[in-house]
Formats: sequence, structure tokens, C-alpha cells
Amino acid sequence: MLKDIGVILPERVEEAEEKKPIGEGPYDLIIVGGGPAGMTAAVYAARKRLATFLVSKDLGGQTLLTSEIENYMGYQYVTGPELMAKFHEQVRQYPIDVMIGEDVEKLAAENGQFAVTTTTGKSFVGKAVIIASGKRSRELNVPGERELVGRGVSYCAVCDAPLFAGRDVAVIGGGNSALTAVADLIRIATNIYVVNLATDWQADPVLVDRAEASEKVVSFLGYAVKEILGEGRVRGIVIESRGAGEADALSVEGVFIEIGLVPNSDFARGVVELNETGEIVVDCGCQTSVPGVLAAGDVTNVPEKQIIVAAGEGAKAALSAYRYLLQLAG
Amino acid sequence: MPVLSEDIRNRLKEEFEGLPTKVKLVVFTQEIECEYCRENTALAQEVASLSDRVDIEVYNFVLDKEAVERYGVDKIPAIAVEGEKDYGVRFHGVPAGYEFTSLIEAIKAVSAGESGLAPESKEALKGLKEPLHLQVFVTLTCPYCPTAVQLAHKMAVESDMVRADMVESSEFPHLAHKYNVFAVPKTVVNEKVSFDGALPEPLFLEQVMKATAKAG
Repeated sequence: MLKDIGVILPERVEEAEEKKPIGEGPYDLIIVGGGPAGMTAAVYAARKRLATFLVSKDLGGQTLLTSEIENYMGYQYVTGPELMAKFHEQVRQYPIDVMIGEDVEKLAAENGQFAVTTTTGKSFVGKAVIIASGKRSRELNVPGERELVGRGVSYCAVCDAPLFAGRDVAVIGGGNSALTAVADLIRIATNIYVVNLATDWQADPVLVDRAEASEKVVSFLGYAVKEILGEGRVRGIVIESRGAGEADALSVEGVFIEIGLVPNSDFARGVVELNETGEIVVDCGCQTSVPGVLAAGDVTNVPEKQIIVAAGEGAKAALSAYRYLLQLAG
Repeated sequence: MPVLSEDIRNRLKEEFEGLPTKVKLVVFTQEIECEYCRENTALAQEVASLSDRVDIEVYNFVLDKEAVERYGVDKIPAIAVEGEKDYGVRFHGVPAGYEFTSLIEAIKAVSAGESGLAPESKEALKGLKEPLHLQVFVTLTCPYCPTAVQLAHKMAVESDMVRADMVESSEFPHLAHKYNVFAVPKTVVNEKVSFDGALPEPLFLEQVMKATAKAG
């Protein structure tokens, strides 16, 4: 086990910094989201001497779940957690107020400033805001799904795959995420049923080959999931072939849903313009439809969702925010 | 052959220099060690070797009945992290992967004898009338689990009424099955009630207190 998994020891957080009390503002800049975009924005903002507050559920976002990154420049190969630890270390070099473990529920414009409220009721005021809240897993929206989350339904193969040792599982989806989950599960589960709506694979050929080569993997291309079965725990799924309309039940104890991502933009709906998929519409300066509100990274309509792009967008958003604040003051 | 990299060993040596009081890693294993017990002992020994402020004691689960009873250990591998007293901080399963940080944090909290919890949380724990046993089920590749484990351990350091275990799900499949652990982290309170997720401190505490009321 130690050989395969090793140990992970992120860089230390300075005790003194953690104990600093966080004020309610008004901050010059509030950054919602602490992934690559948010953390880069924080550093750029701090270097322009903006009073900055970063609020996020975690530090690293989607990147934390990525084990192999080979296309972030400067690192030929690095794991998500390691890269995010490096980002965090850099954030800590600056006087940035950071609050982790909180979800932002609401963004409101008030008297030329912006109020950001968390699900635990904490409220913070800033003269400008950068939304860098990223994306979360898309749900299937079938009966049984919500009830059985944490009881066999999972959106995180990396977290939960080990719990299904020796069991039959289903992976829903046909892209890289789904087939990466299959690759993780091949070593662990007994039978793996892959169910994809499309009649072909969307994933990279390398991942497809690996899945198809395994005797444990049975694919259902062109099938939709109609229901997840089970009382208190997952017992199976009902799938239906799109063409023939025939339903089949598969006996599984785990269902890994990897069908794409949705933007975490609900809290800003009604405030900034969103596109048809819910992404925040930004220009090349990361400006949204509201002056003073910027957005960066996967939550926006930037065409490519990559760590390096998110970091770049974070920098641009911070500099745009800085120019906005200068113009406000001057 | 060392388990930890040179870089990690050096970083830990530096961190352990700041430990206010000595800490003891009390390890429980058995004569014929399974792979996990062997790795658990090896990891604990290596961590302890990095500083004279971290000691290690290894007990035989079958033979050393007095120690087993004193620490209330019912399964192995087990590590109890003890400072000036036993705060009830336990690890069941090798604290590798992301949980390695939880081991280091436990050592630091136990050494300081200070939980680092917010004043509101400390107040809430003062209101505990009955003993509280928290079992936080994790997997070693889950990045969110350490948050829950560390909160539970902090509660154990803060209150004499609280014992908190990290339980690594793949090493204790019968327990994971018993408590229907299909997603991690999952916190089981007094073997009866559970809740999911790595919640922020106030919400975690709320869930624990709610569960205590339900479990009775």
C-alpha cells in the first residue's frame, strides 16, 4: 500500500497567518473560489496592494482530484495536490485574507459595492469581485440518484473506488473522466459496466483501448440510465437502449457518474450574464456584464478548461479588477 | 529502506523541533504481521526516528493485554497518539496518502495539548454529558477526508469525553460494510448515527451534536 500510495505532505501553513481575524470589509477585492484561477488572481491582486479576501470551499478545486498533470508548464509531471500546494505556498507569501470551508450562496450589488454571503450566513463586502468558482459534476437526474449519493452513487472515483473492492460497479459516461474512472476501477472492482448515451466513445484512444482490453469491462454504448435502484444502498441500475427502447437491469453496488461538469454560477445568476450552459460570459479581459465583477477559469465561457488557462485568466481578472478600482478612485 | 523521501524527512525534522512537549506513538501490531500492520509499524518508526521529541512504543495486540485494555484498542493496525495524557486520538489503518498529514497534525495538536478549535466549538463541547466516540471512515486517496479526520481528532484533544478514530475503509472492509460506507469521509457517532462529508468546523460540530442527541 505504501509503495503505491506513498505519503502526501503539503507545505505548512504559518500559524500566525491562520490566527489573523478576518474583517468583514469592505475589501478592495473579494475572490470567490480557491482553485488555480482564484489563487493566481489573489497573488496578482496582493502584488498591486489590493486588500484581498479569498473565500472557497477548498484550495485547489477540481485540480485536487487530478493525479497526473503533464501539461502544466515548468513541471513535466506533477500531481494535482502537489501543484495546488505550490500555488498555496505562493498565496501565503502575501497578506491575503483566506477563508476555507465555506460555500458562497449569494452575490449582490449594493450601493456601488458587492456583498458576498456564504451558506453559513457570513457576509463580506468588496468594491470588486472575481468569480473563480469552477465547476462541479453534472448529475444524471434520474430517480434514486439523490437518495443514494454516498450510498453507492459517487462522483469521485479517486475518492471512492477503493470502497468497491470485489464488487460490481457501473460507470456512466464516455469521456476521459469516465474512462479514467474505469482504469482506476479495473484493479479494484469485479465487473465494470460502462454506460454511455452516445453510440461511440468521446475519450482519448489510449483510455478507450485500456478499457476495451479488460475482461472485466462490459460497455453499453447508446444506452441511457433510467433509474438507480436500491433502498439505503445501491442495488442496481436500469438502462435502456436508445434505439430499441428495451430496458435492462444491471446488478451493481456502485455507480460512478462521470458525465461532465456544470458551472458553479448559481449564486451569481441574475447578477451577471450567463450563457446557455450556465457559464459566466466574459470578454478577453475577464470582465462580465457587470462593471466591477470579473470572472476567471472553468466557471466562465473561456473555450478551454485547463489549469494553465485558469491560472492565466486569474491573472487577467486581477489586473482588470485593479484597473477598475483605479478608475473608481480617480 | 526508508519509507519517506529525503525532502519529507527534512521538513518533518524541522517541524518536530518546534514540538512543545514529547509525543508518543503507541503502535499495536501482532507477531505475524499482515502487510498493513507491517507498513503501519514501519511508518510510525520512521516518523518517530526523526526527532527525540517523538517516541514510539510497539505492543503486541494478542500478548500485551494490559496495554490493549489501557488504550481501548479493539482492532489493528492501530496507532494511539499520546502527549502528556491520552486524548483518545487513534488511527486504524496505515496513515498514508492524504492521511499522512492527519498523523502529523495529530502529533502537533497532542504535543501542544491544544485543539485549535474555535471558541464556539469549545463551548459546545463543554456541554457534552455523555462519552462520544467518533469514527471517521476514509480512503487514502480522498483529498477531502483529512479535514474530517483532523476535526474529529481536535475534538478528542479538546474534550475528555471524546475519542476519535481515523478508520481506513479498505483495511477494515467489514466495518465499512457494517456502517454502509460508500462515500468518504463518513463520520460515525457512537456506533449508531452517521453523517457524510468534510464539513466546515461549525457544521461538523452541529452534525456531531445532533447525532449525539439521536444516538442517546
